[in-house]
Amino acid sequence: MYFDFANVLVFLLFGIAFVILNVAVLSRLMRPTIRQPDKDTAYECGEPVIGSSWVRYDMRFYTVALIFIVFDVEVAFLYPWALVFKGLKNAGAPGGGMFVFIEMLVFVAILVVGFLYVWVRGDLEWVKSMPESQSGQGSGSGGTGERAKQRDAAPTARS
Amino acid sequence: MIWSLLVAFGVFFILTNGLPPALVYAERKLAAGIQNRVGPNRVGPYGLLQPIADAIKLLFKEDVTPRGADKFLFSIAPILSFVPAALAFAIIPFGNYAGEVRLQVADLNVGILFATAIISLGAYGIAFGGWASNSKFPLLAAVRSSAQLISYEVVMALALVAMIMTYGTVRTEVMVLAQAVPLAETGPFAYLPAWGVFQQPIAFVLFVICCFAENNRAPFDMPECEAELVGGYHTEYSSMKFALFFQGEYIAMTTMSALIVTIFLGGWHFPGMDVADHSVGMGILTILVFMAKLLGVLFFYIWVRWTLPRFRYDQVMRLCWKGCIPIALVNIAITGIIGVLYS
Repeated sequence: MYFDFANVLVFLLFGIAFVILNVAVLSRLMRPTIRQPDKDTAYECGEPVIGSSWVRYDMRFYTVALIFIVFDVEVAFLYPWALVFKGLKNAGAPGGGMFVFIEMLVFVAILVVGFLYVWVRGDLEWVKSMPESQSGQGSGSGGTGERAKQRDAAPTARS
Repeated sequence: MIWSLLVAFGVFFILTNGLPPALVYAERKLAAGIQNRVGPNRVGPYGLLQPIADAIKLLFKEDVTPRGADKFLFSIAPILSFVPAALAFAIIPFGNYAGEVRLQVADLNVGILFATAIISLGAYGIAFGGWASNSKFPLLAAVRSSAQLISYEVVMALALVAMIMTYGTVRTEVMVLAQAVPLAETGPFAYLPAWGVFQQPIAFVLFVICCFAENNRAPFDMPECEAELVGGYHTEYSSMKFALFFQGEYIAMTTMSALIVTIFLGGWHFPGMDVADHSVGMGILTILVFMAKLLGVLFFYIWVRWTLPRFRYDQVMRLCWKGCIPIALVNIAITGIIGVLYS
């Protein structure tokens, strides 16, 4: 078994060696380096850069990340259970594995309650339908993401 | 010892230097066919040398780092998207034994868990790459794609839970052997193999959807939707760093296809093959079967990309959180009930 992990390590070393060979050696030997101040500017369709590149983006990305963490931790708990589920049943667990199964159902149900709460609250709704008065004036100066959201919000407001 | 090193090197070489150029060529030719064009036909016969010409062109390009970029993260991001994609392939059994040589780089006891852990590292590559560029389009693309990648990771993990319950193992080699038997002892299903796709059709569909989303392939290519975000997270990249992103994408696609083949399509086994036959000829035959299945899945990838339009971002997220995750949870419950009631 440790031998197999050593194989994985060898595979990893191949990968790193390949990257170093390509980027740091081969490409460095062949590519030209002609420095010009204009080349180092950020790409904005050929126009001079406007303002800072740290534009605002939607709060909802954080919500998604938060829900993700809860779900991911739950899945991490599901894996060992799923792995032994068949074995426990064959080994004659109480109720033919029914007990083991219902235990996990309860565990998942607790999470599903939270999931339903988020769903009903509308946090899974990527385009939250805004009240008419607010959607007209927009919610702050915002960057590209803000404008894109408002453009996308238009069909929802109609329906 | 020496054989396992050779196997590891061979797999690595074919995975990183053999398949991507072939896939790029196949993708461009198939896209051309689907769109009623000719496709690459200038470099070499039938344009076969086009991918090599592209690689040489990228080697000779200047490497530009934008002003204000986080230099360390900017350099490490392509590596983070390239290396994990290749590393996850290590657990794929691409054949049975050829004589004494096991046709798998590493038969880990954590198999599938290792693959999911390593594949999710790829999200860092995209997130760092976009964040470190100090540019607007890459930043927005990075935020959007990280949200997409982590969302679909949950669905993928839930689909895999159902598969682990079915097989009772996370070792890929054992999974393939478990699929090498008929689906039923008697009746009409006795002619079908016990492939994952027949045992868990819902998990199969969910997993394929997640593979498309995790690889940023159309219809989920949010991270680099050209029309809205210019080039997405790798807008500021050039030269070999861009090439690494590009290559990493194709390697990740191959790795995901290999996972689909191993978990759902019977791996290297085809009905009628004897799993106890460890001769060299049989080993080569199993590799060919695996390659045929792999190329079939890859063809499906390319076919879908050039057939379906791209989702809007809110549709992507709705499909994940309101569609796939409830279905995946119900699928686990159904699998559990069937597992308890029938043995």
